[in-house]
Amino acid sequence: MESNYVIEMTGITKVFPGIKANDKVDLHVRDREIHALLGENGAGKSTLMSVLFGLYQPEEGTIKIRGKEVEITDPNVANSLGIGMVHQHFKLVDNFTVTENIILGMEPKKSFGRIDIEKAAKRVKELSEQYGLMVDPYAKIEDITVGMQQRVEILKMLYRNADILIFDEPTAVLTPQEIDELMNIMRELVKEGKTIVLITHKLKEIKQVADRCTVLRRGKYIGTVDVADADEQQLAEMMVGRPVNFVVEKGKAKVGPVVLEVNNLNVLDNRKLPAVRNLSFKVRSGEILCIAGIDGNGQSELVEALYGLRPIESGQIIHDGKDITHKTIRERVEGGIGLIPEDRHKHGLVLDFRLDSNMVLLDYYKEPFQKHGLIQFDEIKKQSDHLIKEFDVRSGEGSETIARSMSGGNQQKAIIAREINRSPNLLIASQPTRGLDVGAIEYIHKRLVEERDKGRGVLLISLELEEVLNVSDRIAVIYEGEIVGIVDAKKTNANELGLMMSGSKRGEVNES
Amino acid sequence: MKAKFIQTVKKMKDNLRSWLSDEKNMNLSVPLIAIMLGFAVGILIMILTGRDPLDIFRALIRATVGIDTTKFGSGKTVFNPRYVGEFIVFSMPIILTGLSVAFAFRTGLFNIGAEGQLMMGAFGAIVVGVLFDLPAIIHLPLAIFVGILFGALWGFVPGLLKAKFGVHEVVVTIMMNYIALFFTNYYYKQLPGSNNVKTVPIHETASLQSDFLSNLTNSSRLHWGFILVAIAVFFFWLIIEKTSFGFELRAAGFNKHASKYAGMKVDRNIILSMVISGAFAGLGGVLISIGTFDYGRVLPAFEGYGFDGIAVALVGNTTALGSLLAGLLFGALKAAQPLMQARGIPKDIASIIIASVVVFVAMQSGIRSFLHKLRKVEEE
Repeated sequence: MESNYVIEMTGITKVFPGIKANDKVDLHVRDREIHALLGENGAGKSTLMSVLFGLYQPEEGTIKIRGKEVEITDPNVANSLGIGMVHQHFKLVDNFTVTENIILGMEPKKSFGRIDIEKAAKRVKELSEQYGLMVDPYAKIEDITVGMQQRVEILKMLYRNADILIFDEPTAVLTPQEIDELMNIMRELVKEGKTIVLITHKLKEIKQVADRCTVLRRGKYIGTVDVADADEQQLAEMMVGRPVNFVVEKGKAKVGPVVLEVNNLNVLDNRKLPAVRNLSFKVRSGEILCIAGIDGNGQSELVEALYGLRPIESGQIIHDGKDITHKTIRERVEGGIGLIPEDRHKHGLVLDFRLDSNMVLLDYYKEPFQKHGLIQFDEIKKQSDHLIKEFDVRSGEGSETIARSMSGGNQQKAIIAREINRSPNLLIASQPTRGLDVGAIEYIHKRLVEERDKGRGVLLISLELEEVLNVSDRIAVIYEGEIVGIVDAKKTNANELGLMMSGSKRGEVNES
Repeated sequence: MKAKFIQTVKKMKDNLRSWLSDEKNMNLSVPLIAIMLGFAVGILIMILTGRDPLDIFRALIRATVGIDTTKFGSGKTVFNPRYVGEFIVFSMPIILTGLSVAFAFRTGLFNIGAEGQLMMGAFGAIVVGVLFDLPAIIHLPLAIFVGILFGALWGFVPGLLKAKFGVHEVVVTIMMNYIALFFTNYYYKQLPGSNNVKTVPIHETASLQSDFLSNLTNSSRLHWGFILVAIAVFFFWLIIEKTSFGFELRAAGFNKHASKYAGMKVDRNIILSMVISGAFAGLGGVLISIGTFDYGRVLPAFEGYGFDGIAVALVGNTTALGSLLAGLLFGALKAAQPLMQARGIPKDIASIIIASVVVFVAMQSGIRSFLHKLRKVEEE
């Protein structure tokens, strides 16, 4: 039978110390289709693609490209086969222009070895127009948005005449608008004869754009389905291995006294420009207040100010009836504020520490973890083992695992275990589900609601409308550092929130 | 019989391979392999220049344990304990600057200023030793203490500048080395009785030297400083590995941001860490000025203890025990240099070996990935 597969990966097995990242995985991609590769964090999607791109050599299995068996020993071989990859973390030189980045490594030359920038820029412009990318060839990378930077990465592949394009979780860093635009670009690329492999754990994107979908779970091949024949529920079940509940189950909020009161808060960002302007709101115990907004509207600065990481210009922060405006971080933490930080690698964990050390990162100086100035490693391990069990944190070697080697979802679970176990009366969760798969998201939402039901105040900062509507009791929409409206989650909808988030509608700000 | 022998050898080979490829052993096996490769380079050069490569080892054995292997069977005295004493004298300051650099490194800082801190430590001890006249029970501890304090001060300044103003410690510590060199040279000459190259001898009550140790080792310069080195190694290990203060320092060394989030006082810790780092180097200076010598030396140039310290910290994997062992290795190579020269081998061979070991340790990720490959072969 004549096959029309562009990529045929069969029986791929890749072993890392202590783990089979890919166990006899198959991936068959047809010509000119968008093929989604779906799986939880750590399911082996990226490993499989790294094998295809020549970054890893598989222990077993064969790869055929356009019907011909090949051995992809390094990325250069992949490039010559027409395979290109847009990495999750862009590989761009910040202070180079778009064109300079695109031609890096294969610069067109004029006489005396001078680079022919004009020629390259012209080609970049042509490609950009052909695929509707709208990229300025002379703009500097550091001056353009993340979405634009991603398009530069796409152009880089097109410039090298790649016709198999691998996208590694391309939407993780994009705003909703940028995601829509990316989807259009992908459709355009396929129309022009390219084949796309899309690595993702977001079901909605698959439904939106993909033709077929291959599912991996814990390194194993689960199956390939036509996207049109499967709904999100089915895909989620294949991915996680059990039915997944999309709707957060929660009862009515039993609202208590105010735990956090912010009055006329003003905060500057790193460039000394106002990031938070005259912000006021209250969080009561037993409720989840969500700060909703598009990324970069002052959310990070607000969280840092509340936690004591960033000095404030003016205003007042009252926690649990006490003015904490000028208190240190440790005083705030001991006073009962918990934080799940936005960037778990940078702020949440010491990645080179073992898991157990990370579990006590806020308590290492207290008894029983410290006695006479000496760290009590036995006690720390005991505590960590207990938390690992209670919060179902999975890792290779339990408490002794180096945090860096854990999957994103489990790293986040570890942080949540640490913070919730300290039973703070105010839990600030800054984008707690960012980059996580549905299984982990479901779990984290459940935990947040549990905290609320225990009578604690939860301040959730989220960019995802679905999460905002699903989890919160009240929603405060932030736009350019100001709260433009505080609404009841039950009495609003995505449309209204979307308008408020983009600054085109204002709601009631008054707090009762 | 023969088959059994081959089997035993094969089994040993397999054991060695699985030991080498085990991740847990790599902190030990990687530096060991680097050291062996470093020596291999030295041997290669010896062969290429037409000399007997075993001379390196003869010199090393004589320099460390004091046994002259060339005199075996000649009826002459084979053992001379003087070499043992000198070997320890050579090693001690390098161990301490190694600890200094390692301590800073564990907390995420690069202390290039161990050289200057060492000079300041030496200077502090000399000032007390020359200017004061006190009973030994007060005088000696005071000299040691002031020396350590001067070293700590030389660490405090870059620490403060880093914590408060974000000035990079590498730049500051390098410059502080020069300040220390010219500062100490100037003030040594200002001490009463000094000439252009050295000060007057310190009072005996402030000296670490010991007739007992000297006699024991055939009049080497061995002094009581080795006790202080042992204390310093223990102190390093205790702070870094065992205390909650060390936990904070290590956390900040790996991830400053997360430490800040966890409520640790990262800026204060930067200063403290540089102070302690400087104190280790300062102690190294003390051992030189009131132990190895008994007078302050006006130096024409840096002696390289600071750079040796960087190498020692690197080879020793920035641990207490590692720095001790690496310091002893480098001390041995340095002590062997004059012996090599006496046998007509250029003393630079020792420097080449030291440099090669450092280069191979710096290449440790390469060695690691090679060991990982061994593991794969084994699994197949």
